[in-house]
Amino acid sequence: MKKLYFDHVATNPLDPAVLDAMMPYFKEEFGNPLSVYEYGARAKNAIEEAREKVAGLVNAKAAEIIFTANGAEANNFALRGIALARQNEGKHILVSRMEHHSILNTARFLEKSGFAVTYLPVDKKGLVDPDTVKKSITDQTTLISVTHASSEVGTIEPIKEIVKVAKERNVIVHTDAVATTGNIPVDVQDLGVDLLTMTAHQFYGPKGAAALFVKQGMRIVPLIYGGIQESGRRAGTENVPAIVGMGKAAEIAKAELGKRIEYLRPLRDRIIDTMAGVENVVLTGDRQNRLPAHASFCVEFIEGEAMLLLLSAKGVFSASGSACSSKALKASPVLLAMGIPSGLAQGSIVFSLGMGNAPEDVDHLVTEFPAVIKRLREISPYAQGWGDRDEAGECKLP
Amino acid sequence: MKFVHGVKPDVTTDIVYMMCPMHLLKLEEQIKELEPGQILEIMTDYDGALEDIPAWCEKTGNEFLGIDETPDFYKFYIKKHAR
Repeated sequence: MKKLYFDHVATNPLDPAVLDAMMPYFKEEFGNPLSVYEYGARAKNAIEEAREKVAGLVNAKAAEIIFTANGAEANNFALRGIALARQNEGKHILVSRMEHHSILNTARFLEKSGFAVTYLPVDKKGLVDPDTVKKSITDQTTLISVTHASSEVGTIEPIKEIVKVAKERNVIVHTDAVATTGNIPVDVQDLGVDLLTMTAHQFYGPKGAAALFVKQGMRIVPLIYGGIQESGRRAGTENVPAIVGMGKAAEIAKAELGKRIEYLRPLRDRIIDTMAGVENVVLTGDRQNRLPAHASFCVEFIEGEAMLLLLSAKGVFSASGSACSSKALKASPVLLAMGIPSGLAQGSIVFSLGMGNAPEDVDHLVTEFPAVIKRLREISPYAQGWGDRDEAGECKLP
Repeated sequence: MKFVHGVKPDVTTDIVYMMCPMHLLKLEEQIKELEPGQILEIMTDYDGALEDIPAWCEKTGNEFLGIDETPDFYKFYIKKHAR
């Protein structure tokens, strides 16, 4: 049976050219970049070349890129590092309700440490309103963190507009661009952000390498203390092969970005347009402002997990909610924040495409998925609803 | 320790929150860029710099002018030797 992978927001397969670039650093080029002799110098050069390439992907300067082990670390580093560095100016931060757990749980940690946190609401498409941001800023606010795009519902947030209102009040802006970097154009100058998180395995690079863009001149308290790797801002011996891989993946993504979007967007639209014709299936997120390879739905009367299991039996792999929520078997906080009733949120499913998906793979998906829905509805004890219908008996769709 | 106020530096380097020994690496790197007689200001929150920077100046023949304290960090002033 052919295996069809539609879960690229969880991770991407490694580009073979990226693996080729990494291989020498698993073998003969094993040096520690801090060593003064030739092995160290070559490893150090490899990291600095990768830094240039990653910076190039987001239009930053190389010195503004700090490598981390993953996106979660970069998000922890950004939020905690800026909140602590600026705590004498104020102890209030804003984060949106669309954020990944690595932002939300760091915000909760900061709350327990004496900071005030405002969780910004979103509309039914998952969009943060810049006007709400403006009204939420106080004279104690030092930092705002809003995701560039949600990997759960695909909505791309109005970061430029948020930056505009933040800058009027001298507030620093971080964006989690894990879902966007390498997938849509991401330009730190154009967005105007001060900090930006990205991770290699979301653009056909390896796991184990990610980066935080920190605008030049910005002070940030380290998350990991130790040696002087990453200009004394992130300690720990570098994962040289993964960083080299991230650099190569960034170089390829920059060159192929337009081609990728052009290829993936029609496939995504085919899924969305087909599912629009299936009864009681709702597209989640914004139809227009969405990731080009992302189609997400809530299916009434069925649990997302059941759909995943039946689809995986047919060789189709996808996700329900975020990668973490999927295992936690609970309604996604992102969907609830968008006003989706908890019953309907249980029927969440996300198809995220990648360059390995052929058009005929999508043909298979749009044939099998409605069939799976039909089969599950026949056996669902909730076929009459989840009990969250309104007075007229209509399901409370967003 | 020598305390100074109102020194006008030619170049400023901000390494607040950067780990040890970045204060010595940056110091060496920045001093190389200066003309003899020019003044470097280094901002750091690292307490160990209170010993290290004057000692480095003595060893290298550069003039340690002193420090200025702020609530969060120190400002070190170093004048590049005339040689």
